[in-house]
Amino acid sequence: MAFDFLQDKDRIFTNVYGFQSWDLKASQQRGDWDNTADIIKRGNDKIIEEMKASGLRGRGGAGFPTGLKWSFMPKEAPKDSQGNPRPSFLVINADESEPGSCKDREILRNDPHKLIEGALIAGFAMRARAAYIYIRGEYIMEAKVMEAAVQEAYDAGLIGKNAAKSGYDFDVFVHRGAGAYICGEETAMIESLEGKKGQPRLKPPFPAGAGLYGCPTTVNNVESIAVVPTIMRRGAAWFASFGRENNHGTKLFQVSGHVEKPAVFEEAMSIPFRDMIEKHCGGITGGWDNLLAVIPGGSSVPLVPAAQIMDAPMDFDGLKDLGSGLGTAAVIVMDKSTDIVRAISRLAYFYKHESCGQCTPCREGTGWMWRVMEKMRDGDAEIGDIDTLYEVTKQVEGHTICALGDAAAWPIQGLIRHFRPEMERRIREHKGENMVPEVMEAAE
Amino acid sequence: MAEAPNIPDEIETRAKWGDFAFTPDNEKLAKWQIAKYPAGRQKSAVMALLDLAQRQVGADTKTQGWLPVPVIEYVAAYLDMSYMRAYEVATFYTMYNLAPVGRYHVQVCGTTPCMLRGSDDVMAACKNKGMAKGKSTPDGLFTLTEVECMGNCSNAPMVQINDDNYEDLDYDIMTRILEDLAAGKEIPVGSQIGRKTSEAEGGPTNLHAMVEENHDYRGEW
Amino acid sequence: MPKVTVDGIEIEVPQGATVLQAAELAGKEIPRFCYHERLSIAGNCRMCLVEVKPGPPKPQASCALPAAEGQEIRTDSEMVKKAREGVMEFLLINHPLDCPICDQGGECDLQDQAMAYGKGGSRYEENKRAVTEKYMGPIVKTSMTRCIHCTRCVRFAEEVAGVEEIGAIGRGEGMEITSYLEGAVHSELSGNVVDLCPVGALTSKPYAFEARPWELTKTLGIDVMDAVGTNIRIDSRGREVLRALPRVNDDVNEEWATDKTRHAIDGLMKRRLDKPYVRKNGKLEEASWNEAFQAIADVKAGSSVAAIAGDLVDCETMYAAKKLLKSMKSEMLEGRQTGLSYDVSNLAAVNFNTTIAGIEDADVILLVSTNPRWEASLVNTRIRKAVRQGHAKAFGIGPEADQTYPVEWLGDDMGLLAKLPKAAADALKDAERPAIILGGGALSIEGAHGAALKLADKYKLVRDGWNGFNVLHIGASRTGGLMLGYAHDGGIKAIAETKPKLLFALGADEMDYGLFKDSFKVFIGHHGDAGAHAADVILPGAAYTEKDGTYVNLEGRVQRSNKAIFAPGDAREDWSILRALSDVLGKTLPFDSFEELRVKMAKDHPELGTEGLVTFDWAPPKDLPGAPKGQGVHPIKDFYLTNCIARASGTMQRCSAELLHADDEMMEAAE
Repeated sequence: MAFDFLQDKDRIFTNVYGFQSWDLKASQQRGDWDNTADIIKRGNDKIIEEMKASGLRGRGGAGFPTGLKWSFMPKEAPKDSQGNPRPSFLVINADESEPGSCKDREILRNDPHKLIEGALIAGFAMRARAAYIYIRGEYIMEAKVMEAAVQEAYDAGLIGKNAAKSGYDFDVFVHRGAGAYICGEETAMIESLEGKKGQPRLKPPFPAGAGLYGCPTTVNNVESIAVVPTIMRRGAAWFASFGRENNHGTKLFQVSGHVEKPAVFEEAMSIPFRDMIEKHCGGITGGWDNLLAVIPGGSSVPLVPAAQIMDAPMDFDGLKDLGSGLGTAAVIVMDKSTDIVRAISRLAYFYKHESCGQCTPCREGTGWMWRVMEKMRDGDAEIGDIDTLYEVTKQVEGHTICALGDAAAWPIQGLIRHFRPEMERRIREHKGENMVPEVMEAAE
Repeated sequence: MAEAPNIPDEIETRAKWGDFAFTPDNEKLAKWQIAKYPAGRQKSAVMALLDLAQRQVGADTKTQGWLPVPVIEYVAAYLDMSYMRAYEVATFYTMYNLAPVGRYHVQVCGTTPCMLRGSDDVMAACKNKGMAKGKSTPDGLFTLTEVECMGNCSNAPMVQINDDNYEDLDYDIMTRILEDLAAGKEIPVGSQIGRKTSEAEGGPTNLHAMVEENHDYRGEW
Repeated sequence: MPKVTVDGIEIEVPQGATVLQAAELAGKEIPRFCYHERLSIAGNCRMCLVEVKPGPPKPQASCALPAAEGQEIRTDSEMVKKAREGVMEFLLINHPLDCPICDQGGECDLQDQAMAYGKGGSRYEENKRAVTEKYMGPIVKTSMTRCIHCTRCVRFAEEVAGVEEIGAIGRGEGMEITSYLEGAVHSELSGNVVDLCPVGALTSKPYAFEARPWELTKTLGIDVMDAVGTNIRIDSRGREVLRALPRVNDDVNEEWATDKTRHAIDGLMKRRLDKPYVRKNGKLEEASWNEAFQAIADVKAGSSVAAIAGDLVDCETMYAAKKLLKSMKSEMLEGRQTGLSYDVSNLAAVNFNTTIAGIEDADVILLVSTNPRWEASLVNTRIRKAVRQGHAKAFGIGPEADQTYPVEWLGDDMGLLAKLPKAAADALKDAERPAIILGGGALSIEGAHGAALKLADKYKLVRDGWNGFNVLHIGASRTGGLMLGYAHDGGIKAIAETKPKLLFALGADEMDYGLFKDSFKVFIGHHGDAGAHAADVILPGAAYTEKDGTYVNLEGRVQRSNKAIFAPGDAREDWSILRALSDVLGKTLPFDSFEELRVKMAKDHPELGTEGLVTFDWAPPKDLPGAPKGQGVHPIKDFYLTNCIARASGTMQRCSAELLHADDEMMEAAE
């Protein structure tokens, strides 16, 4: 059964490649900011209902239903200790730092007005008074475009007082990070916005209760917000017509690694892996027989061996069934030339480097895991060390304040699950034991 | 990978940077950054102001700038926050340089997506030009850092030099870039193999109508 | 009141309790490193993980999780056991195995919990992390390789001490706890981080390598460095006090102590008076007790005798001296040795009525000519708490001084007390629990006491269930002395004018002996300080660690201190000196033992007979002058050197030089 590829007319990010200008005029010609006030006039609850009906699940990795998330925001502003109402905030997570992910960058630099318009609609729906767009520090040019686009929107009266003539006052600010993956975690991002180190907070309290400056806050991914205006214009049913049940919509996929033509593209959810690679990436380098494994959702999801991924649907549930996840749909393809242990060890180094250092299992565990992984690269270890390593990943997983611990553990677990024979081979080879029958070892 | 920065002596640093203050232009930018946050939340601007200060130090020294302790203290005082809290921020985020860097800060991404597509070769090109990780070249021109994923994975491997990204690299391209920089030549930023951005090499697989004109698809809805 | 079950035990817990507190209420021990009752919750060590249903299928940090109705908490499941073992293993992989040379050994949370919850072995084969030591000042010794990054010290510095000079720099496994630029921490409370540190990363510098905890005799005592009455534990070995540590008393010091309380103790071994001396031909010469007593008898003072009590003496000493003077028909007693002569007709008018713990509830606090951070540091932490929690606003009259919290200083003119600026007046008027704190400096200014009492009247500082009128005394002996009548009309000056033939100075080192040129001066005390230098006869007494004693703190709390060690050499407990002297003077005191003395004292002064808070009835004098003039003063010029023990202490001298006079030294070096 052939897959219905997404047609250009159904693509939300029509300027994703930046062939045309990002500016307000060009964006408006493409359909942005088209009578936004009408959308807002539908009212907060209608917008949230529409979002729920669209089936949009958060595009930042965890896949939490976006409309439901918005509905957690208080309808009545909570009071502070002096009895004044606290404002609510929308924080837009543009701290795209997950290895493999490079989609938000294209929105920020090529289609910024979709994000700003989405911010207004989402902010209105959740009764926020302002949005902060937290852009990772390394996206320097992207932040410049975003700042300029925000200024354009202010100048045109689309945001600020009586935003887009909707009668709603709404501000949008750009906040730049300065190099810390962990700030992509929502509470770390809030800490960072407050001018502190990006160390995740304990939950509860959840941001919807007490977030930025202690005020109700929702943190959404760039893509989740930027698709909002189109969903409002074309309707929840249109968006929900793509993808399998519970996995609806269109999605920006990002393919990197060993394909002929790496690329970012918008496709329908649930597209089979093989179709996706053939249509958009020119195939696997060296052909399909040369495929070794795929990390389908950014560095923190476990890898999937070639045989299992080839015809799998690229969506939340399809990849969950394979013991992995869709994450940010950042697909890292590895062919048989890959030193798979090194590839994962490099990720282990990444997590060690990016651990905030706050809680014990992550601070101590990421370094331990990386060091053992480095030994595993050339087999300078014992067979039992593989089990120890696995247990260490289990000691980190689920014991930390935030999900970075899990993210550091899963790639290694995936490696051991699927490539243990390769790891053992290296150890035996290193010992010069590849000829020795296993019985000998057991006898020792 | 993580190299401990060689932080200059504090007394010398204080003598040199003790009277640091924002230029009038940067003062304006600082005020604009602070105004983004609610009254009394000026601390939120510490990241932006540290960046601004680092850039000013860079302009003063014709390098990419760094954050001497008195400069961090200036920013802290500017925002009415304690030195310790500002110092924590400066040491937490990787983009604040705690030691001087060269005129070109060559930041090669080494994380797996880039690694898979040849970041070793990019790194080798740098090393063959006399650069070493975490160090500046004796002429003060280049400082080499291996950085973590920069979010350009579909255009890997890549390097960020100062504020610009150079993508779709290989050994030869990287060598040429470094030579051109040393020679003071202008280099186009972005993909080095003719891609516009992250479309497939040789032309996009979709949205063809957008290549030539600012197409409005709404008529086809 | 949510009901939860802990390991099957059903209990009801207070609203707002955490799962950790619930488990403790059920009698289950929860291991922890970062959690501390008096600090904000960090949740970073992950040692307190427990299983909670309903909830995600992973262990939860019990310190941070609110207890909720119907929760099923398990502290004994396999999941919890494994989680604890895992966290413990992680904590230990980079922790050095240097317990044999670590001062924390024997009282180390990590050691104890590793024994109880660890696995007994490590699978970590890589090199351990080494971290350079960080200088933190004269009190705190660091060994940062041992640090487990619990951030208790960081939180203490920011939240309690109010000095943001400790932080965690860097990140990941490279994160390091340090003082700012590895400089000294400028806090009078720095030593508390040593107690808070659950491992041997922060240890006591003066106590380094001195002793193991199990060698020490532990005696419950009361600190005399200020008038707070900090509850301490005196750790001694043989005839030496090796440490003074705070005990928990939520009414007084919570569980903190100032650096002076902890570390002036090395002063107990220096400049000690360990023999009687008699001045002969202008020179003090060693003498026998009998010679010394005889010299005093030879004065034949009759009733022309006075007694001045210093700041460190206990009630029993003052009571014995009072009895002796009474038998000689004199009532010239004074404890306000620096010359103050405020009205004491109603002790409530010179007491800290709000109480130390109570000041936390104040919503407006007016500081008058006081620097509470130095005069009573642990009262100041309470004020800080009130301000920090956002419900209190502090105003100040007098010289400005950094209190670690915002104070709106109204000016240095004491006249302001009689006509408050509008902001302060409005705040007091609208306050529900207004308070005024009059420093010792204020009492030295004519009219200030009266003006403050008028202000108390005007703004109804005393109302139902609330007394907001406070005097902040500095001397540990002060309130007890006032209760015993050590306050003469007109103060020390009036006594001097009678030109007493004989003067007993009970450890009085801060007084002007020039006023008593013609008196025969007998110094009973323990240090060779100002009093001893001026004396005609020195009778060597016992310091606070060397005698049982009763002290009344600035809020009127009667507390008893126990004797930890013997006084050095020929020195004796003060009461017994007075008792022996009374024989020689032919005025034998009516008690033969300390216990008998206490019984007599309790009979004469029942409120001194039982421990606890004395309530003074509020009946302030109405007719005091109330028009103060001039500038306010702070009586303490150097926090670290306020008494003879502290002045003799090398540690306190180092603190003073480094933390208060570092700039002077640099000037000197430059000259």
